[in-house]
Amino acid sequence: MSAAKAAGLRVTADRTVCVGAGLCALTAPEVFDQDDDGLVTVLAPEPATALHRAARQAGRLCPSGAIRTTE
Amino acid sequence: MNETAATFRTGQTPAFPSDRTCPYRLPDDYNRLRDEPSSLHRVTLYDGRPAWVVTKHEAARRLLADPRLSSDRTHADFPSTSPRIRALRDRHPGFISLDPPEHGPRRRMTIAEFTVRRIKSMRSDVERIVHEAIDDLLAAGPPADLVDLFALPVPSMVICRLLGVPYADHDFFQDASRRLLQSTDGTEARAARDRLEHYLDGLIDTLRAKPAPGLLSTLVAEQLATGAIGREELVSTAILLLVAGHETTASMTSLSVITLLEHPDQHAALRADPTLVPGAVEELLRYLAIADLAGGRFATADIEIDGQLIRAGDGVIVTNSIANRDGSVFEDPDTFDVHRSARHHLAFGYGVHQCLGQNLARLELEVILTALFERVPTLRLAVPVEQLSLRPGTTIQGVNELPVTW
Repeated sequence: MSAAKAAGLRVTADRTVCVGAGLCALTAPEVFDQDDDGLVTVLAPEPATALHRAARQAGRLCPSGAIRTTE
Repeated sequence: MNETAATFRTGQTPAFPSDRTCPYRLPDDYNRLRDEPSSLHRVTLYDGRPAWVVTKHEAARRLLADPRLSSDRTHADFPSTSPRIRALRDRHPGFISLDPPEHGPRRRMTIAEFTVRRIKSMRSDVERIVHEAIDDLLAAGPPADLVDLFALPVPSMVICRLLGVPYADHDFFQDASRRLLQSTDGTEARAARDRLEHYLDGLIDTLRAKPAPGLLSTLVAEQLATGAIGREELVSTAILLLVAGHETTASMTSLSVITLLEHPDQHAALRADPTLVPGAVEELLRYLAIADLAGGRFATADIEIDGQLIRAGDGVIVTNSIANRDGSVFEDPDTFDVHRSARHHLAFGYGVHQCLGQNLARLELEVILTALFERVPTLRLAVPVEQLSLRPGTTIQGVNELPVTW
């Protein structure tokens, strides 16, 4: 497991600016979800390598700038 | 058809918007703008006022996320692209017209109903609605008008169910919505909005007395009753959700069917491999960009971008049909390719106003395109595509009717 996380992508989400478009949960459902209010929650703050591409794509798609991915 | 372009050419700034002459190709005027190196262009609107049109994908994203651009449609600086938009300037059309910080809390009242999970749970309902509409289509033809019998009823029934608006009233609100969104006459559009206001005002009274399933009843109980939202604002929010929920998806349905029938190789690929459907829906959204003028804004401060200066008070219009065909972002952008990864299109806009119902639209289009061609595999246009009557460039892009046979 530690090898899978070696690349070290960190994912954070700012719920104060989230507008609930849902592109994150659509694009990287293993990394992001929406809570009962429709706001972003991060399921995997340090996702496995296989999920990095989808997590980065979700970050680029987010319309409100709520999602940050740092390498 | 292209009266706007013919009538309003002043100096070097082209008239805007232009009418499509093909359901899925950019108008020639837009191709000329797209091919220019600059990401912003001065254009002249119908009333003689200048505005900026944004044509490049990256600049469009940056501007739509820029807090110095306002969405306030009641403001004198908001660019009116038609007499209809100008006539509707007298009232806020719900939260799409609010800027932060007022916008966020209003939008958040509705987002729980549109989450990916919530929309997924509607799939079987949407499938039932689509199959019943196909039953009606098959019973009525061939030939038949796909707009009237299928493209319009499906999203109309879906949004009624989500909102809790009686579908029995659909003749009324479909007609009023069409006039509100499609009329070229401002007085007619305003009258249609007033009738919708009256109708929803009455429905809110009913739901106040007797709660029922659906988002509208929830908003009445949780937001209106607690004073979190005023009555006038709830009415405008309800109109926004009702109208945005069906005219747009109806137009996407019609134009998607046309596009697939006119691209038999792409259509065959899709039929052969149903796992391509979600990607094909994104590509259709990119390619067709039916809500082409939804990105109207005005600057509240000077903004420098790509060597151009947008001055405070200038109108700015992000034209997502052109941005969706930016060759630096989408390779071979005029080619319709269901294998393309196109989710970063701007068909739903970008920034805090990005379409609230986008995942509902995706679900509806996935179910529609799968079920329609499965059950009516020989579906084809009953008239040549050149003979279809297209809606003007100032409205949601679509066809007035779509004669099909099978």
